[in-house]
Amino acid sequence: MQIKFNQHLLTMKKITLLFTVICLFQILISCKSESETETPVIPEKTTPTPLSWKKPAYFPDPVYDLSKNPLTEEGVELGRFLFYDGILSRTNKIGCGTCHQQQSAFTHHGHDLSHGVDDLLGFRNSPAVQNMAWNTSFFWDGGVHDMDIVPPVPIQNEVEMGEKVGNVIEKLRKTPVAGAAKQVNYPKMFKAAFGTDEINSERMMKALSQFMMTLVSVNSRYDYYKLGDASALTVQEKEGMALFKQNCATCHAGELFTDNSFRNNGLIPNKINDQGRYGITLNEMDRLKFKVPSLRNVGLTAPYMHDGRFYTLQEVLDHYANDKNSSSIDTMHNSPTLDPVLQIAGQKKGIKLSASEKQSIIAFLKTLNDEQFITDKRFSDPGVGTSL
Amino acid sequence: MKFNFSSIYLFLSLIAVSLIFTSCNDNDVVIDPTTTGRIRIEFDNIVGDRDLTLNTANYKNAAGQNFTVSKLNYYISNIKLLMANGSSFTVPQDSSYFLIRESNAASQEVTINNVPAGEYTGVQFIIGIDSLRSASDVSKRKGILDELSGPTNAEGMYWNWNPGYIFLMLEGTSDSASSPNGKIYYHIGGFGGRTEKTLNNIRTAKVDFGGKKAIVTSTLSPEVHLMADVLKIFSGSTQVSFSKNPNVMFQDYSSFIANNYVNMFTLDHIHAD
Repeated sequence: MQIKFNQHLLTMKKITLLFTVICLFQILISCKSESETETPVIPEKTTPTPLSWKKPAYFPDPVYDLSKNPLTEEGVELGRFLFYDGILSRTNKIGCGTCHQQQSAFTHHGHDLSHGVDDLLGFRNSPAVQNMAWNTSFFWDGGVHDMDIVPPVPIQNEVEMGEKVGNVIEKLRKTPVAGAAKQVNYPKMFKAAFGTDEINSERMMKALSQFMMTLVSVNSRYDYYKLGDASALTVQEKEGMALFKQNCATCHAGELFTDNSFRNNGLIPNKINDQGRYGITLNEMDRLKFKVPSLRNVGLTAPYMHDGRFYTLQEVLDHYANDKNSSSIDTMHNSPTLDPVLQIAGQKKGIKLSASEKQSIIAFLKTLNDEQFITDKRFSDPGVGTSL
Repeated sequence: MKFNFSSIYLFLSLIAVSLIFTSCNDNDVVIDPTTTGRIRIEFDNIVGDRDLTLNTANYKNAAGQNFTVSKLNYYISNIKLLMANGSSFTVPQDSSYFLIRESNAASQEVTINNVPAGEYTGVQFIIGIDSLRSASDVSKRKGILDELSGPTNAEGMYWNWNPGYIFLMLEGTSDSASSPNGKIYYHIGGFGGRTEKTLNNIRTAKVDFGGKKAIVTSTLSPEVHLMADVLKIFSGSTQVSFSKNPNVMFQDYSSFIANNYVNMFTLDHIHAD
């Protein structure tokens, strides 16, 4: 009896199984035909919106490889929030935008040395964050070669942001923080930018690079002149441009006003005794050499030099002319690595410039100020930043 | 009946197997080189004849200067197990990066799986990270090599401003230190340079087991217990003085320290299983 019952059960099971398979098959068929005939429902937007990035026609090709990090609207926006948010620092108070302020072309106006957590001071002047796409190296000593690995340097520098990237990631994952003054939902923003709410260092750095890629300064009066508006520059400014090309453009070359090289421009080492590029290469020939900075927006980025020692362009030109206060005393620091362009045989070290020539050059340099760049709302603090 | 028959069969099999074993050389186990096993290497940090204790214990270097150690970390990579006949087994590179941390006991035991069965008579490894991996894209430097998360980030074992790993990091204090805060810092790195040739502190340590053998089979997983003597970091070809060189980081002098610590590893003993 029992065996019989079992056999019967088995048969029943087989029939049921067969029936189920037929039913499933029919469901599949019907599903397919439905999706073919009916209008598909628009799914929730999960892919970010591509943002096209075009280089200015007379700029060289960018150095940054956009193919490994294509810009999107959401990615750039996330990068902007991260750039300004103090959450990147140990004290939650110092963001990138603290020392890289838009109105000063993303430098720290009035600060000779970088100024970080707990009022600690760094040992170099905060450089401009602009036209980063064309940088062949980053920082005054050029130690970093890829924009994606620029942000960890200030974040993890003990006297700048004093934080570990690992901790930043943990903090970002925990947003929005209940009761916080500024509510930012980073998991949501990462999802919008990268498709999922996973927050990791690679995505964080890519978002920051995307934002920095958009920080292109190319709307100065000089640029209008370049594009064919002869009236964009005054007579004195045009004179200054000619003098500049003759005397300064060896190093401050091309449309980015830098040849990306490292040079010793004869500054007397101060107490910090910063050896510059030597600290990266340990090559004696690199002692006291620093990156030739771009001069775009130079009228807005005082103080000047790697240690912010000069507060005006006048002081800068007096240094290069080696005639401070019309003095005949040689104040250019003589050392084996002093740049050859500052040493012309039979002549005092430096670049010979008259007082009026200096004025013309300064007038020209100020035409590189880009008012659009420093007021563009797309680059501004979205309300999460802090300033010191 | 059936039960009994199985028992007899099993019994006979056991006898057969034991006969195979006894037919081999005296004390040796059977090594079938087509099989693999596991080996463990323990890195035991010591200071001379004492165990290393962080922060509280006081030690003396060869110059007689006292010191304490608050942190000791170093990378071990590109491990190669050596055999008496000159052949060797190179651990697949992706599985061959470790960060030994005195503050983390688990990190001091390195496990290598899928080791071909054999009698190993020595081991060699890089103290640090090879140049190719150091210069490779971040996507090739995940896990323990991820400079932006995990132990490497938490311990600050990477120079972001001059990208590259710190191969060995020792921090502490010394009454002899001429630094304003009385601290000693030794952050030794430098993989040779990315775009131009510069400091190369990649060093390969070789530890001969001195006649002892680590026998790996599918069933025997030996443990090689190595000692790493902190005193050797400060002595050897160069005697390091805490008053003259209390802080050594990315600078030429660091190569003298790398030349010292390449000899800091010795075999203490081997557990057969």
